[in-house]
Amino acid sequence: MLKVRLIPCLDVKDGRVVKGVQFVDLVDAGDPVEAAKAYDAAGADELCFLDITASHEARGILLDVVRRTAEACFMPLTVGGGVRTVEDIRNLLLAGADKVSINTAAVKNPDFVREASEKFGNQCIVVAIDAKKVSGEGEPAAWEIFTHGGRTATGIDAIAFAKQAAALGAGELLVTSMDRDGTKGGYDLPLVRAIADAVSVPVIASGGVGNLDHLVDGVEKGHASAVLAASIFHFGTHTISEAKGYMAKAGLKMRLDEPAHSASIRTA
Amino acid sequence: MSVVIIDYGSGNLHSAAKAFERAAREAELDLSITVSSDPNAVAKADQIVLPGVGAFADCRRGLDSVPGMVEVLQRRVHEDKRPFFGICVGMQLMATRGLEHTTSYGLDWIKGDVKAIVPKDPALKIPHMGWNTLELAKPHPVLDGIPTGPDGLHAYFVHSYALSAADPADVVATTDYGGPVTAIVGRDNLVGAQFHPEKSQALGLRLIANFLRWRP
Repeated sequence: MLKVRLIPCLDVKDGRVVKGVQFVDLVDAGDPVEAAKAYDAAGADELCFLDITASHEARGILLDVVRRTAEACFMPLTVGGGVRTVEDIRNLLLAGADKVSINTAAVKNPDFVREASEKFGNQCIVVAIDAKKVSGEGEPAAWEIFTHGGRTATGIDAIAFAKQAAALGAGELLVTSMDRDGTKGGYDLPLVRAIADAVSVPVIASGGVGNLDHLVDGVEKGHASAVLAASIFHFGTHTISEAKGYMAKAGLKMRLDEPAHSASIRTA
Repeated sequence: MSVVIIDYGSGNLHSAAKAFERAAREAELDLSITVSSDPNAVAKADQIVLPGVGAFADCRRGLDSVPGMVEVLQRRVHEDKRPFFGICVGMQLMATRGLEHTTSYGLDWIKGDVKAIVPKDPALKIPHMGWNTLELAKPHPVLDGIPTGPDGLHAYFVHSYALSAADPADVVATTDYGGPVTAIVGRDNLVGAQFHPEKSQALGLRLIANFLRWRP
């Protein structure tokens, strides 16, 4: 049976790990390759790097981080942030990323999703959807796509955009609530669920995890195939294995394999 | 002993090479592992690995675009009986035909077609993406020491199409995704995995080590 995926996310700026609270007030906290290795050893199901480096010139640093991570971690790696061209995707995949997530470029030009998935296969194209709730109390729920780290409104309906992205060839959708990101108040479950129920591709819930129940809710109430969190793991509030154990106790199907270690191979 | 991982323009092979190097090192096997697009390297290698990501037809085109590659592969695998390992689309290419987007032809080593996965439960997402366990169909040396079944180790899958083998005897393991989906095929000196051993942590490294030790 397919298991629920737990995905720690590392925000990376200029080759270093940061975690933004509502995307401002960043705290520098370490080497992404070392953090990736630790998550790999702890049994994370995938890793996600979100590059928030401002300048395009600094892309080489990220590619080096991806390359060194892929050499050391034998698990799937998704990389996003600032991906604008087919060449950006190619460079990340060649550096060792398994999936590349597209955000602003997909909103500006949805056909880019089609071009990318035709070129590289839909299995490696993730469309990242950053949405904010725009409906008031008593109105039917509605969310709008925001770009540039949540600063720029687009007027585009999030559910319609999600359907379009999946139809154009996205293999997976990463749904982040910009209202919840950094709040530790839990995912925007109605948002995640509305999208997960509307598309046939897997959905990753993101934005707002503050405790382990939030992860369970993302799957049970949000209907997500995978749950992503950053700071609760990165600042050591919870370990990956604690979280997976908790989710399994709550009734979710989790992968609880012992992580790879040399002894298990040598004694084969 | 030497192992070649065939590079025919289908994505990054660096992490695959690193996984093979690590598996060899941890299993204490003295091997040289190279990534190459040169048919001569395939002609000389003791063991052959064919990876592949993307669409079936694209991968087939990529393989055909290297002059002499398919001929060398056929000879090394059929006449010289070298151990061969297909991974993901590299495994799918072992089939007779691929029916992804258009009909294209595989290497025809495992009779059968590569078709879209149609789960019985329409709520199941496509692609089949993530960690799943293996159901053993027949014992095979590449699975030595790897626990299978619902409580076994997990393999990492990402695919929307799967190999439907004409002869059930060619299926080594399946995985459950709204019904059985072919996970490993094997016959004589050939083996192929639909999942990504190079991304499958403990199961993957042990499977690779088993392949490297395999003397069919």
